[in-house]
Amino acid sequence: MNASAYYYCFVGILKREMYRFLQQRSRFLSSLVRPLLWLAVFAAGFRSALGIAIIPPYETYISYEVYIAPGLIGIILLFNGMQSSLSMVYDREMGSMRVLLTSPISRAYLLACKLLATSLVSLFQVYAFVAIARLFDITPPLIGYVYLLPAALLPALMLSALGLFLSSVIRQLENFAGVMNFIVFPMFFLSSALYPLWKMRESNELIYQICAFNPFTHGIELIRFALYGQFNLLAFSVCAMTTLVFLALAILGYDPKHGLLKRKAGAS
Amino acid sequence: MSNNALHIRDLSYRYGERHALNKLNLDIAEGVFFGLLGPNGAGKTTLMSLLTRLLKPASGEISVFDYSLNKHANEAMRHIGVVFQQSTLDLDLSVAQNLEYHGALHGIAPREVRSRIQQELTRFALSDRQHDRVRDLNGGHRRRVELARALLHRPKLLLLDEASAGLDIDTRANLNSHVRALCKQDGIAALWTTHLIEELHNEDQILILHKGQCLAQGQAQTLQNNHNVKDLPALFSQLTRPAA
Repeated sequence: MNASAYYYCFVGILKREMYRFLQQRSRFLSSLVRPLLWLAVFAAGFRSALGIAIIPPYETYISYEVYIAPGLIGIILLFNGMQSSLSMVYDREMGSMRVLLTSPISRAYLLACKLLATSLVSLFQVYAFVAIARLFDITPPLIGYVYLLPAALLPALMLSALGLFLSSVIRQLENFAGVMNFIVFPMFFLSSALYPLWKMRESNELIYQICAFNPFTHGIELIRFALYGQFNLLAFSVCAMTTLVFLALAILGYDPKHGLLKRKAGAS
Repeated sequence: MSNNALHIRDLSYRYGERHALNKLNLDIAEGVFFGLLGPNGAGKTTLMSLLTRLLKPASGEISVFDYSLNKHANEAMRHIGVVFQQSTLDLDLSVAQNLEYHGALHGIAPREVRSRIQQELTRFALSDRQHDRVRDLNGGHRRRVELARALLHRPKLLLLDEASAGLDIDTRANLNSHVRALCKQDGIAALWTTHLIEELHNEDQILILHKGQCLAQGQAQTLQNNHNVKDLPALFSQLTRPAA
């Protein structure tokens, strides 16, 4: 296989994700409605209850809506990562994952392409959200929208990699409720999405430590800083490392030598 | 390249304590239609999963045109086209989009893919359906699309895992004769797994698989003569009858 074959392969996988995205408009809308509800309803209610001090990257006092906007971008990426995982379990049950895995191109490369393609599709939703968020006075500097692209792509990759790994270990679709309860909600609530970590520290040191350890927190902080034209090295490093670890686990999960598919095939 | 499209030696696989396949040996030459006959649970799908690298053998060797599936998997996979038992088409994409996706997964340039799609859809009389969503096709058409897709990268070995399952009698017969024609005209080797005896002919090379064991292998007519039975159903019944 020459380099062009790998390129055609990636473009093909990306096109398929785009086709699916365009055909699932309801999924697109629901992925936007969720963060917009948080912004319009939850943030309005919490605004008065929660005082936000001046913390980096913000240079002045900010409204609660401004604070939670990066967290809501995170929730789009988190749900998309899990949605893509769900669709991979569905693909596997329906068999189309088999088509991907019978390609002569290396499995690790195929899975990385799948990851990048689903993450790029997520960015459409992110930009749609930040455009609507301007109506709620969330107006970061224009350069922030440029920095947002790579800053949102990395957490998108990280969460899709987590989703890909989960799809390799989840036996059937029914187990997905467990993923929502044990992964998505704890990841979201134990992060800096809804409240700054220093606030959390004031009430409970242990929960603060868990939040600080949560890679989703770092994904949100990477986005938060990028939106205001700054680079958060710690957040970037944690996201990059976590992405690599989840991707490696997913590749292992889809490698027949390591037996994760073996159990499922045995079950079918 | 040897003239063996598929070469299997001492292939075994277990689910826990249960042998799904036990020391299976099989050779399929180029251009041969090979029937693998077995009831449900015989190990046919396990064999397909091993041949398509969804599972790794506990022991034994598989090679495709002399490329070991273990050591040179990517080379081996280039020669294999697969039609799975369960439909693996993306129902919400069009016929052409499904085929384009498959072409891309094999690293074929888009222009070449488009040209091959036209050829394959013409071959299977599906040209006028290329922009239809797969969801809107009937079972027979979907199977033909899957066969067209399996041939898109010009494989020399076609694996069909109960490809006729769920189809009506006419469609099943058509699919079967399509595959036989491919073997004859294009020199493609085909491994056709089935539990339907009527899909196999007396001149076919066959293997009867039961509970993971090969019970008989050879030309169907020769096997019938050797076992003094008048037809394939009688042979199958004699071989799979529980010992008294």
